[in-house]
Amino acid sequence: MTDPDAHATPPADLLACHDCDLLQTEPALAPGETARCARCNAILARNPPDSLDRTLALTFTAAVLYLIANLYPLVGLEMQGRRVEVSLFEAVHILWRDGVEPVAALVFVTAQLFPVLELSMILVVLLPLRLGRVSPRLATFFRLVRSVQPWGMVEVFLLGMLVSLVKLSHLATVILGTAFWATAALIVVLTLAARAFDTRLLWQLAPGDEGARP
Amino acid sequence: MTRQVTAREAGLMSCHVCGQLARSPHGAAQRLRCPRCGAPLHLRKPASITTTWALLLASALLYIPANLLPMMTTASLTGSQEDTILSGVVFLWESGSWPLALVVFFASVMVPLLKIFALSYLTASVQSRSRRGLLQRARLYRLVEFVGRWSMLDIYVITILVALVQFQGLATIQAGPAAVAFGAVVVLTMFAAMSFDPRLIWDPLSDPVDGDPVDPAPERPAHD
Ligand SMILES: [Zn+2]
Ligand SMILES: [Zn+2]
Repeated sequence: MTDPDAHATPPADLLACHDCDLLQTEPALAPGETARCARCNAILARNPPDSLDRTLALTFTAAVLYLIANLYPLVGLEMQGRRVEVSLFEAVHILWRDGVEPVAALVFVTAQLFPVLELSMILVVLLPLRLGRVSPRLATFFRLVRSVQPWGMVEVFLLGMLVSLVKLSHLATVILGTAFWATAALIVVLTLAARAFDTRLLWQLAPGDEGARP
Repeated sequence: MTRQVTAREAGLMSCHVCGQLARSPHGAAQRLRCPRCGAPLHLRKPASITTTWALLLASALLYIPANLLPMMTTASLTGSQEDTILSGVVFLWESGSWPLALVVFFASVMVPLLKIFALSYLTASVQSRSRRGLLQRARLYRLVEFVGRWSMLDIYVITILVALVQFQGLATIQAGPAAVAFGAVVVLTMFAAMSFDPRLIWDPLSDPVDGDPVDPAPERPAHD
């Protein structure tokens, strides 16, 4: 880059609001405190206490719950002594076979693939950090996590299961499988993990604060 | 009140992934990347308004077949029956589970509509460089972002219904063409919300107005 201005470093304590672009000084936050934008009230910065350890513990728990949620049957029906149960993957498979591939793909991606991608990518980023092995590549990798996040919809999926069970409850006795409860627990743990996660952990170890590079 | 300064006015770009501030070179058209995380840097999301309009138009068009065509077909010994999104809601209501009927109605019928109308209003107001109701519009955008994912509900309902009923063997439920259209509406409206840049709402404040002084001191954020 030829522009001499491009290498001037902006003051380190300056922050721009993500939602309205207002420049503000980054406040010193006590653990657990949140700073909000003075103009649009968006969250500007958070300081979750003990972030690295808590996030790691919660993400590990979530990974175990995810496995249970995907290996065991989700829901079932019981009628005249006959019992049928279905797992998430079987449900997706049936949809695919029935010729509604786009819908099957959408369910697979939002309820199964992206949640596990998000979990494993967070572990890949945070584990080396915890072990003191810091690589600037991790920050780049974390960009992927960010792009996957909005598409994981486990909580919507759980509500969808409930609605479909109510619709079927007049036909037969509905059974909530092991995976159903694991999914419910997974949602709680995922929420806690997102709250515990301090993204500044990642950016603080990335290389320098030079100007934009081409 | 002193004039507030945005990153753009100070010649800075903030990374949309990690928040890193970087100097924006004057009039440079080259592709810039964030020095910290490597994400592409933009002053504002590129072609935000055009992209949002295009996605909104496509979702509005698909919203029609999503509601008119059958969402699922139930076939049993007693005959076969086609259900649209609305008749599914009516079924839930009549079977006495009206709280769930309301949830499904809200998630599948209202949320997509709300998203299409709210984003159209936001995009139009940004295009006309409106300076009114800034905070309300910022809140509206956050609401749209928050509720958007819940309209996926009916897609999951269908998935479980189709699978369980087929396993059980007395009847079959098949997903209808509306399911594909509806899934597309959900995905397209989510992309529309992502392509809209909320900072555009506030940008008209930086338009030149008869000589209000620029105060370079940055604002202090509020503590919770
Ligand atoms: Zn703001
Ligand atoms: Zn960045």
